[in-house]
Amino acid sequence: MVPVLVGMTIIVFSIIHAIPGDPAETILGQKATEQSKEALREQLGLNNPWYQQYFSYMGDLLKGDLGQSIRTRVPIAQEITPYLAATAELTVAAMAFAIFFGVNAGIISAWKQNSWFDYICMLIALIGVSMPIFWLGLMEQWIFSLKLHWLPSIGRMNQRDPVEAVTNLYVIDSIIAGRWDQLWTVCRHLILPSIALGTIPMAVIARMTRSSMLEVMNSDFVRTAKAKGLSQFIVIYKHALKNAFIPVLTVIGLQTGALLGGAVLTETIFAWPGVGRYIYEAISSRDYPVIQSGILVIAFIFVIINLIVDLLYAAVDPRIRYR
Amino acid sequence: MAEATTASTNTSTAVPAEKVSGPWRDAWKAFRKNKIAMAGLIMIVFFILIAILAPVIAPYEFDKQVLRDRLKPPSSSHWFGTDDLGRDLFTRVLYGARISLWVGTFSVVGSIILGTLFGILAGFYGKWIDMVISRLFDILLAFPSILLAIAIVAILGPSLQNALLAIAIVNIPTYGRLVRAKVLSLKNEEYITAARAIGMKNSAILLRHILPNSLTPIIVQGTLGIATAIIEAAALGFLGLGAQPPTPEWGKMLSDSRQFIATAPWTVVFPGISIMLTVLAFNLMGDGLRDALDPRMKS
Repeated sequence: MVPVLVGMTIIVFSIIHAIPGDPAETILGQKATEQSKEALREQLGLNNPWYQQYFSYMGDLLKGDLGQSIRTRVPIAQEITPYLAATAELTVAAMAFAIFFGVNAGIISAWKQNSWFDYICMLIALIGVSMPIFWLGLMEQWIFSLKLHWLPSIGRMNQRDPVEAVTNLYVIDSIIAGRWDQLWTVCRHLILPSIALGTIPMAVIARMTRSSMLEVMNSDFVRTAKAKGLSQFIVIYKHALKNAFIPVLTVIGLQTGALLGGAVLTETIFAWPGVGRYIYEAISSRDYPVIQSGILVIAFIFVIINLIVDLLYAAVDPRIRYR
Repeated sequence: MAEATTASTNTSTAVPAEKVSGPWRDAWKAFRKNKIAMAGLIMIVFFILIAILAPVIAPYEFDKQVLRDRLKPPSSSHWFGTDDLGRDLFTRVLYGARISLWVGTFSVVGSIILGTLFGILAGFYGKWIDMVISRLFDILLAFPSILLAIAIVAILGPSLQNALLAIAIVNIPTYGRLVRAKVLSLKNEEYITAARAIGMKNSAILLRHILPNSLTPIIVQGTLGIATAIIEAAALGFLGLGAQPPTPEWGKMLSDSRQFIATAPWTVVFPGISIMLTVLAFNLMGDGLRDALDPRMKS
């Protein structure tokens, strides 16, 4: 894992340094004198050879210093936290939606194979995989906010009466503050974006669960369990699902990582102040340190998620532990 | 294995295809039986025809602005309505098929060519080359692909060509890994050893034996890859990092029209449905191809 992380820093570092444009000019504006630009370049270490710049960047990273935003002059490590929390909240909600509906739809489709339910679920799953999430988001806003007025179309909560930010996860913050009215609005704000973001993973999970369950349902131990007279529910949810879960788990891990990328689009549509939007805005304003550190933080989280999935395998399948 | 050798002799002696039941013919038979996959193929052919014939079918020019006809709902003169500049949406959606298919196909071709090259180098030559390439793939795959594509477009500057290039680069590792795995499994097959024993050069072994036998997974992944590439291109367009105005790109059309969604929903509905159906078509066909070409799936 360490070589991958180091490689990622090299790639991000090279990408940022390949972006055309002079950072000194971006910071000081076009009217700045050549002298002041030169002084700033010297101060930022931009005149040093690239390997020196890279090593000083790595040194800072190891100290937990992600650099400073050009736009706001705030340390990124501090600035990025609320954005990360917003994305985390959205991702968790989207994955909860995707896993609950995906796994159950997959199980029932496999159980009632070739029934109407199966066909409809698989059709929805096929359409779901092909859905451009930014379009789905727009359609949701149109139907559920603008037409039916059921749900709010943008934002995270009622801004006029905010809850004190402790964790920046507004669901938890409103519980801490005991603000049940805000908890209700926060949850309502979460529904549309998490459905938009969770649709593709839901479809992928449903298809994987179905095919994995079908394989397991024909095995001997399932027949034995049925022969023992166990109820169908227990056979399916306890015996079969446990054995069918490893490929599903892989897909869940991969999709969670992919969500971090998809979040850029969902966050743009729903004006969700998350890390994807943070990076996207940094790109439009050429805020290099933010782009660099933001991408790195997301990639780092992605790697960690994959590591967690690997560890979960061992928890789900004892055979892997003994290998 | 025996099948693979006969397949290669078949192609070299050029026996008429309809008389033998070769692997491709079997695959086509299996594919034809798969109704969903055929539906995908028909949809793809339909979209390709639309793309080719767009200038003939389109009732207007895609960039012709008639400001008096701004945001008109669908009618007999404007089937899909008009956008905020009074341009005919039906025309723009037709031309959009050209752009999406073009970006989807060529970015995937690009990723396949480079991915295959790196995959073969890694799998066939092994040792440190494999180490370096595989690590590089690991690193590239550790980034969420759309984010990496955004970063690459940020370097190159926003344009359709650069979006295509970014999507191609981001997807190289997918094909690279696939080819590498296939080459590794083929490398120790007896017919490769035999080829080497009769003094065949490495390059000939690669071209005549390994490459043709690695084609199946590439074709399947490539078809599904076009679907992904079309969505990624539309996403970049939506973020303003892909096609620039007045290019009628579906993703860009969505972002230009989203502010009118309450008053003129048709400006958002039609481009979106087009993206979805095109992507769906490639996904259906990719799934069908996998079932038809992957012998492990056959009963």
